[in-house]
Amino acid sequence: MAHHDFDFPITEQQARSLRVNDTVTLQRSLFGIRDATLIHLFDRGRTTRFDLNGHAVIHTAPNVKPVPPSSDHPAGYAPLCVGTTTSARMERFTRALMSDYGVRIIIGKGGMGKETLAAFSELGGAYLAVVGGAAALETTWIERIEDVDMDDLNPESLWRFAIRDFGPLLVAMDSHGASLYDAVANGAQARRDQALRSLGVRT
Amino acid sequence: MLQIDLAQVETVAKELYVRALKHLPPDIKAGLSRLSTTETNTTARSVLGTMLTNITVAEQTDNLLCQDTGIPIYNITIGSGVMVDGARLKQAIRRGCERATREHPLRSSIVHPITRVNEQSSCGPEVPVLNFDFDASEELSIEMIPKGSGSENNSFLKMAIPADGVDAIKTFVIDCVLAAGGKTCPPTIVGVGIGGTSDLCMHLAKRAAGRPLGSVCRDPGGAQLETALCAAINSLGVGPQGLGGDSTAFAVHVELAATHITMNPVAVNMQCHSARRARATFSQRGIEYGF
Repeated sequence: MAHHDFDFPITEQQARSLRVNDTVTLQRSLFGIRDATLIHLFDRGRTTRFDLNGHAVIHTAPNVKPVPPSSDHPAGYAPLCVGTTTSARMERFTRALMSDYGVRIIIGKGGMGKETLAAFSELGGAYLAVVGGAAALETTWIERIEDVDMDDLNPESLWRFAIRDFGPLLVAMDSHGASLYDAVANGAQARRDQALRSLGVRT
Repeated sequence: MLQIDLAQVETVAKELYVRALKHLPPDIKAGLSRLSTTETNTTARSVLGTMLTNITVAEQTDNLLCQDTGIPIYNITIGSGVMVDGARLKQAIRRGCERATREHPLRSSIVHPITRVNEQSSCGPEVPVLNFDFDASEELSIEMIPKGSGSENNSFLKMAIPADGVDAIKTFVIDCVLAAGGKTCPPTIVGVGIGGTSDLCMHLAKRAAGRPLGSVCRDPGGAQLETALCAAINSLGVGPQGLGGDSTAFAVHVELAATHITMNPVAVNMQCHSARRARATFSQRGIEYGF
């Protein structure tokens, strides 16, 4: 259960050094993506001017306030509340994010599935768990919104956040085939019949 | 007779949306504290600790608890002693919802279901959701619930048959919790609707999920199910955020309605740990805010 301090971008070797139950604190930069961003990138043939190679993406769509551009708000947006959404909906996009754009780390909540785990093993990546719903706290880890692309999809734009001491976050899926979500789900499924018997259900 | 000023309703509808997003009701805070003292799993204790820290940070920084501004739902109860134009009341609430979104500003989480266009107003066809009820009081009560999508996306309905009995209800609830895993942001309030028509059953489940912690189903059979199902769910080990532990559900809430001789419907709607709601009551004393 090691702790890692990652300054982005990172290498494949760094991503592969992560093991479930390790913790990671992220520094420097982080990209925000979401359902519409991914649908437009991978189903509708759009591209982004951002270089995501070696970077981390977080499943988010922040509350922002339009403000005049300044050094504090280079993109013309002040971050009000930046949190994390349920990752499972975006399962089919992980591999393409990694193979086409070089993304190394996915940050989300609730976990992802088999395709994502396979992509992590083959290409070198990991999933970090944010505590969903703890967005007020998460927002204190965001320094500013550096840049934004595909902003016609607002709030589901592609966001580039400047971050400081983002985390610590739990490694919940790694490149060695381990997923805390699978372990918990398998355990819960194994306890299903006992739970039903406790309710007097004939199983 | 209590006369309702619709300009005030608009302001209250706006204020309620922001309040609900920033201040967790005391029963939910107490529920999280209770779970954090009884939880035995180390990861789960840490996750619950982060949730409690977040409540404090949101209050200190006057920020939203969660980024998800949800689907706005207003539950309106109109007393017999209240004079109000219902059609204009609906318009006033909608304007208040829109103003909260533009003036705070809040993320508009609402899109057209086919074009997926976001009007940046938290409004659209049939949204905000408005539910009306009536009682014998001289009060107008407006409850606002910003229903987060993580929990709402895990909503389930089963038209079971009478031959399968209560066992079908129990089995369905357990299987819904297993299927939802960490996606609903547990610990959750598991709302269970039993009986009625298909749409009423789902509505009952939603009403149950929105009930305060500590409230009990008025039907004794429903109340018994609440306790038994909660213990069974918390024996599964799903835990906070689906990362393992004892704290999968704060509670199970059951609401029921009579049903047809051929029917045995059951619905599940969950509310996440950030179980946000806010209430304003109009009476002869004025307007009072609460939960």
